[in-house]
Amino acid sequence: MTQKNNQNRNMVLKLVVIVIGMFGFGFALVPLYDVFCDITGINGKTRNSAAAYEAVEIDESREITVEFITRTNTGMPWEFRAETKRVKVHPGELNTVSFYVRNPASGNIVAQAIPSVSPGLAALYLNKTECFCFNQQPLSAGQEAYMPMQFYVDPQLPEDIHYFTVQYTLYDVTARADDLDTQANPFMTQQPESGK
Amino acid sequence: MSKATDVMTPDDAAHGHDEHHDHHIPKGITRWLFTTNHKDIGTLYLWFAFIMFLVGGAMAMVIRAELFQPGLQIVDPNFFNQMTTVHGLIMVFGAVMPAFTGLANWLVPMMIGAPDMALPRMNNWSFWILPFAFLILLSSLFVEGGGPAFGWTFYAPLSTTYSGDSTALFVFSVHIMGISSIMGAINVIVTIFNMRAPGMTWMKMPLFVWTWLITAFLLIAVMPVLAGAVTMVLTDKFFGTSFFDAAGGGDPVMFQHIFWFFGHPEVYIMILPAFGIISHIVPTFARKRLFGYASMVYATASIALLSFIVWAHHMFTTGMPLFAEMFFMFATMLISVPTGVKVFNWVATMWRGSLSFEVPMLFAIAFIVLFTIGGLSGLMLAITPVDFQYHDTYFVVAHFHYVLVTGAIFSIMAAVYYWLPKWTGKMFDVTLAKWHFWCSLISVNLLFFPMHFVGLAGMPRRIPDYSLQFADFNQWISIGGFAFGLSQFIFLALLIKACKKEGEPVSDQVWEGAEGLEWEIPSPAPYHTFETPPVVK
Repeated sequence: MTQKNNQNRNMVLKLVVIVIGMFGFGFALVPLYDVFCDITGINGKTRNSAAAYEAVEIDESREITVEFITRTNTGMPWEFRAETKRVKVHPGELNTVSFYVRNPASGNIVAQAIPSVSPGLAALYLNKTECFCFNQQPLSAGQEAYMPMQFYVDPQLPEDIHYFTVQYTLYDVTARADDLDTQANPFMTQQPESGK
Repeated sequence: MSKATDVMTPDDAAHGHDEHHDHHIPKGITRWLFTTNHKDIGTLYLWFAFIMFLVGGAMAMVIRAELFQPGLQIVDPNFFNQMTTVHGLIMVFGAVMPAFTGLANWLVPMMIGAPDMALPRMNNWSFWILPFAFLILLSSLFVEGGGPAFGWTFYAPLSTTYSGDSTALFVFSVHIMGISSIMGAINVIVTIFNMRAPGMTWMKMPLFVWTWLITAFLLIAVMPVLAGAVTMVLTDKFFGTSFFDAAGGGDPVMFQHIFWFFGHPEVYIMILPAFGIISHIVPTFARKRLFGYASMVYATASIALLSFIVWAHHMFTTGMPLFAEMFFMFATMLISVPTGVKVFNWVATMWRGSLSFEVPMLFAIAFIVLFTIGGLSGLMLAITPVDFQYHDTYFVVAHFHYVLVTGAIFSIMAAVYYWLPKWTGKMFDVTLAKWHFWCSLISVNLLFFPMHFVGLAGMPRRIPDYSLQFADFNQWISIGGFAFGLSQFIFLALLIKACKKEGEPVSDQVWEGAEGLEWEIPSPAPYHTFETPPVVK
């Protein structure tokens, strides 16, 4: 009897270990997913930090069309548009595009822009040397700003990609913003009234 | 692998058991509350599943009533969404899974010659937490703002950003359901590993035992992942984490990956035991041995393994790169090979058999035909380019109702009709059973078959309204739905009669061609069986 009971208890313990392991695996999927997407670039996320631009050879023989689209998340009141809707670039060439934002609300709002590239595989080859999306962007009520984004397309971009779209979505992150002073926005222009 | 060759005494199984060695069956409510008897617990599970089947079915009736005509007439859209959500949750976690667990409780010990489940006390717990899980889920419908309305798949951000406070209740109820099925699965595995009768080697195990063993491993592998997913939804919603919120660095598409990593094995959890049941019934009424026993075992194991690498076929339209879509398409299609082996084996078993069409066999044959229809529409959905058309339409609804209603639920009904005489000792009311079968068969096809057409024509699922050209089909579908719902009251009446022990007494073997240990014990099955293990030759 005791032998049987021990046998059962050992088996139960092993199975409980599997259960706990799989519960942990569910959470491990989160970093695994990020790492996997980072390496393969398949979910269209671009890198979160600035790339260095150093003596990249410009491939004049190829011309890539890069399109920019913007949207704001539900409940985010900002105006947000790309000043440059579409640009033709040579791989390796450094380009700057600009985005306009305005906070029409009566309170200060901190925004975070999240990029998404389609087709997703192009994300790995979009190198940004400067982007407003690297940081949270605060604007006080009524403020507007032009936010630049500087990038080059990696000449290694697969041959079959001639066209890709970069979408930025603005999220209202005021509730969880780092302690940012609205005046600290480096892209902020003057108040519309005083700027005339 | 351990072989249960050591002879067991009655005490072995009765550890932690109220001492009823005189075969005295306790009376009253405490019998059911404190029972550790596998047969009692099996009965509890089965009745619970049937009640949940009726509750979830009532919600389906609300859905079909609203969709009887285009436009909004009976319920408001938010309540409609709650109905589709809770209908799905109840049918998956409250009806199909507990019914299979109930069948496992009744049958696994009797089939392997064990006196009871290995962990009877835990068995009691795993059942009795289940009613509370569903009370919590159902009570969430009455809180302010309503219950969960984001679909049973609770995709983020629907469940995180756009859901009501009742999401917390939803999460806790799913946790409890998960714990219940994990405990049930552990019990099944330990029982099968440690308590087989002498001589019951792995490849002599009845197929219902095999399929349940594999199902139990699937359960302990993926239910914890579901628990993780709902926990992430809970913390995202209430505690400011950003697992699925892009603004905080998370990714809503990741939710779908985690959910379907659970979700796809889950659909096999709901069908593998059905394969086992059909593999018992078809040989009995064909009066032949099952064709290809070993290939059935290997096919079941293959399906289980493949189920872990196909999850993203639910997500073809999320913008995956081409190579991923190709991989998941071909992996999914690969599953039709072992499934096809099974269907082939059932048909080959019937081939030149001495067939008779008792009620369990009617359900089994309906299962084979209709499950195959559901399998084939699944194969269509697996084709990535066409899935872009079918995705989120009624075609998908038709597909999974064919495999779950005429698949899983028909197999459960087949199992109940097949083993009920063994449980009660009396033959059920065959006239009622035939009425139940034919009414169900006709109405279920009227209910689900036209859904293929409206789906192909573009009617989206989970929407309380539709454009006018779908009106005729939807009326037929709703009539089929009401008829199918009403047909189940025939089943209810039959079951009540059976529980009152009405009917002709049956022999120990019950069915002429039935083989297996459970048919060697008396009918009705005594409260305690195999206290001295049989020797399997």
